[in-house]
Amino acid sequence: MPRVSYTAPATVDEAVKALAGAAGLAKVLSGGTDLLVQLKSGRLAPELIVDMKRIPEMIGIREEGEFFVIGAATPGVMLSAHERLEHAFPGIVEGVDLIGSTQIQGRASIAGNLCNASPAADSVPPVIAARATAVIAGPNGRREVAVEAIVIGPGRTSLAKGEFVVEFKVPKPKPRQCDAYLRFIPRTEMDIAVVGCAVNVTLDAGGTCIDARVVLGAVAPTQLIVDEAAQALIGHKLDADTLAKLDLAAQRACKPITDKRGTIEYRIKIAGVLARRAAAIAFERAAARA
Amino acid sequence: MSFLDKAALKIVGTRPIRPDGVDKVTGRANFGADMVMPGMLWGRIKRSPHAHARILGIKFEKALALPGVKAVTCGADFPEVTPERAHVGAAPANLRDLSRNVIARGKVLYEGHAVAAVAATSQAIAEQALDLIEVEYEVLPHVMDIEAAMADGAPLLHDDIFTAGVEPKPTKPSNVSKVVRFAIGDVEAGFREADIVIERRYTTKPVHQGYIEPHACLVSVAADGQCTIFSSSQGQFMVRAYTSRIVGADIADIRAIPAEIGGGFGGKTIVYLEPLAYMLSKKSGRPVKMVMSREEVFRATGPAPGAIVEVKLGAKKDGHITAAQSILKYQAGAFQGSPVQQGCICGLAVYDFPNALTIGYDVLCNRPKVAAYRAPGAPIGSFGVESCMDELADALNIEPLKLREINGAKDGTKATHGVTWVNIGYQKTLEAARASEHLKAPLGPNQGRGIASGYWHNAGGESSAACHVNEDGTITVTEGHPDIGGSRASMAMMVAEVLGVPFENVRPVVGDTTSIGFSASTGGSRVTFAGGMAVTQAAQKVVEVLKQRAAVIWDISPDAVEWKDGKAYPAGPNAGAFEPLDLATIGNRAARTGGPISAEVQINAQGQGPGFATHICDVEVDRETGFVKILRYTAIQDVGRAIHPSYVEGQMQGGVTQGIGWALNEEYIYDKDGCLENPGFLDYRIPVASDMPMIDTIMVEVPNPRHPFGARGVGEVPLVPPMAAVANAIFAATGLRLRDLPMSPPKIRAAVDAEEPPRLAAE
Ligand SMILES: Cc1cc2nc3c(=O)[nH]c(=O)nc-3n(C[C@H](O)[C@H](O)[C@H](O)COP(=O)(O)OP(=O)(O)OC[C@H]3O[C@@H](n4cnc5c(N)ncnc54)[C@H](O)[C@@H]3O)c2cc1C
Repeated sequence: MPRVSYTAPATVDEAVKALAGAAGLAKVLSGGTDLLVQLKSGRLAPELIVDMKRIPEMIGIREEGEFFVIGAATPGVMLSAHERLEHAFPGIVEGVDLIGSTQIQGRASIAGNLCNASPAADSVPPVIAARATAVIAGPNGRREVAVEAIVIGPGRTSLAKGEFVVEFKVPKPKPRQCDAYLRFIPRTEMDIAVVGCAVNVTLDAGGTCIDARVVLGAVAPTQLIVDEAAQALIGHKLDADTLAKLDLAAQRACKPITDKRGTIEYRIKIAGVLARRAAAIAFERAAARA
Repeated sequence: MSFLDKAALKIVGTRPIRPDGVDKVTGRANFGADMVMPGMLWGRIKRSPHAHARILGIKFEKALALPGVKAVTCGADFPEVTPERAHVGAAPANLRDLSRNVIARGKVLYEGHAVAAVAATSQAIAEQALDLIEVEYEVLPHVMDIEAAMADGAPLLHDDIFTAGVEPKPTKPSNVSKVVRFAIGDVEAGFREADIVIERRYTTKPVHQGYIEPHACLVSVAADGQCTIFSSSQGQFMVRAYTSRIVGADIADIRAIPAEIGGGFGGKTIVYLEPLAYMLSKKSGRPVKMVMSREEVFRATGPAPGAIVEVKLGAKKDGHITAAQSILKYQAGAFQGSPVQQGCICGLAVYDFPNALTIGYDVLCNRPKVAAYRAPGAPIGSFGVESCMDELADALNIEPLKLREINGAKDGTKATHGVTWVNIGYQKTLEAARASEHLKAPLGPNQGRGIASGYWHNAGGESSAACHVNEDGTITVTEGHPDIGGSRASMAMMVAEVLGVPFENVRPVVGDTTSIGFSASTGGSRVTFAGGMAVTQAAQKVVEVLKQRAAVIWDISPDAVEWKDGKAYPAGPNAGAFEPLDLATIGNRAARTGGPISAEVQINAQGQGPGFATHICDVEVDRETGFVKILRYTAIQDVGRAIHPSYVEGQMQGGVTQGIGWALNEEYIYDKDGCLENPGFLDYRIPVASDMPMIDTIMVEVPNPRHPFGARGVGEVPLVPPMAAVANAIFAATGLRLRDLPMSPPKIRAAVDAEEPPRLAAE
């Protein structure tokens, strides 16, 4: 019979040691809402599970200067309940809020959502759109990378053996900067994104966009930062022509597959629709901050 | 005695808390997977990875060598069910086919078909043993869809099926197992009379019943062959009979105990696990428990069929329909017996068509054998007919409700299948729709309203009931039907009404096969009708006994005793001569007045009342994403008499919910090899709570005079109208006619684009 060991270290260093010491497959556990499902279905049979939830540094939200620092294993409900984070990044909270249900959000973390490396992960596009970085711990110490550098393909990350995410650093918004995230599913809840889109914009006092990031989910092997879409926004107000260009840029960036959750043609069309709609919300929110 | 006068009822028509409620909300109720026995083994099934293949050999050596494995079985262990033994009692199932569905012989006919089974001391060992069972296959070409299966040269599932119902008798085997036909008048003449003729083709996908509780059982076979089965099903007597025939045991040697059931909707009117667990228990000498995973439920248990429905309607300009024709082709799955005949009959039964013809084809294909699903067959045929009615209304520029008012069936109408209607409430459902607030409510942009009607026969048949007066005057009622929709409450209410006692004094129990007489399954919306008739008669017999006992106590003639409000009163010349006797007093003195006070009744109930419904649905369509939001829904139904109105409403709301899933998102996705890609609730999308508005219900009561309280079946017809109601609402909202289910967002968006190609950014 296959056996699995479990450990719940109290510090990042102990976790690094535990992971480094494992001979076979070792998996990090945050909320477990992906990992346990995969264990149960037999898709994964690790030798060791290292639970991150007992490491104080990895749970909770701190403000450090110009950054929000989010512990990697922080459950979604804590993000939604954090008023200042919610105010600064309603789009990130929207992404987190869409994960499963209240019960799932009582466990599910952004790090798990990211490192599960599904192209459809809901919290990842708005985190990338916010230009967040991830602090990674491993046998060779700590390093910090852009969040978009972590997922390299479905189920695959750039994390080396023994490495894990300790925390996320999200730069606080500038004046008149705000975000929005929308996803499309065929039902109203409990489904996997057919397409997800995050838009993060900064406006000048006159309502013209001076900076933007548009990130699509579920339309390519990894989340896509669509520069062309951002360019369609920068220097413009959100008029019909800008929206049309944004729509087209989003559609053009897509490299989706046809699977049981949607066809190529449909996903591409919806990417354009969501980009327009998310941009409209982000612009409105940013303008309201003037 | 009749209780048809609603004003005189004290308990029937009220809404007491169901007797099984506390157990269910506190988690104490025992469902199929909850039972354990000492020494119990776990059974698992080895299933076919191929849609169609010949089994060349099965090797168990490695599996048997695994420590903890106690028994294995495969088709060779099961007796051939001869044609003489293929049917038992009045049950419709062909047990030869069912036996081959439970465990394959010779060929596997769909991915997930059971090939072998194993019992081991733990679930993990059983699971591991599955991989050690070696099955050698010769893969055969497979066929999934109706037209491909009907084409010349299609891969044949069975070489002994010759299309029944055609002349001359075919000499070549076919995937079309039968053709059925019903007609009235002269349909060709009818179309010639018409000012306008509409002919359309509709398709539906197979859908799963989606019960939350997977199939589960625990079976123990003793050395002398006596067997106990604990399982979740829609009929303990069905489990007993089917298992007996499939394993070759006598019915008297099997005791089947019904577990609480976590949904069935028709899908638990046949067996899958019990015969396998029986064989594993017999071989190992230990009890064997089997529980399906959700994946197994999807791969191997009954969907409702996918179908092609072609409908042709002809009408005069004033809206009078002169002729109707429907051609239905249903997937049967791997064995014959789709409910195509019901689809033919029920689709047309709503209307007074002077000339009509309907033809149905039962088509075999390499999918799981279809199983009953609420009003089996009817929702599919009705999706076609009710959509086409809407298209006709549009072509005639007549309001869809008006078209139904003009052509709807009434008492005296002769239906296409030959029945002349009596005491039907269809027109009353239309009147209620016409009068409803919903019909008048304003709609916003991109919103539309659709209506559709439906019919289902409802069933009667064999039921048993026992009514016992306990020593303290409380009542135990035993029935033989698993309680799926709250029937225990209804049974207790009818008994309480007859006896004139409080509802709480009556404890209803679902008996096992040794504690109550034979009862047909819970299906066909028959329990409140037939079971209700049986418990009512049992209670009435008890009243007679109670009167006799009072007469003994008073030493007067039983004729001179009256039973009223739960008490015996001296009547006639003795009126007022004695203090009335209540149940507690009579129950307590039973030993001295003649012994236990009980009555048992066995009936074959006749005269079930047909069920008609009309639904109104409002939707809002997002033309860019194709998302359809159900805004408002009203289900109107002739319920005969609502014994417990809350549970009647629950049936109506549940049917609508399942219908909305069928309409919008539910579908099986197969790969090119005929393997299912979405065997779970994540990608097989039944509606979630937040998808649904509150479903309003309007209960029209046209009592069924053949039932003591006027009840008719209510559980199935609610699933008949929703698909067309939604399609018609989408048409009203967008002008787009969706003729292929499911009407999922990609399909709606594609329909929008087909009408007006997407305006893309001018660069
Ligand atoms: C019912 C249900 C509904 C769901 N609905 C959605 C949904 O709508 N949208 C959505 O995006 N997801 C959904 N999910 C998936 C899942 O809940 C999310 O991906 C969640 O964010 C995962 O977080 P977790 O903390 O539970 O991850 P875990 O299961 O703990 O981990 C997931 C993966 O990430 C790795 N990992 C975890 N933490 C770290 C770390 N600190 N550093 C490196 N690797 C790490 C693990 O080893 C594992 O491989 C759903 C899941 C369920 C069960």
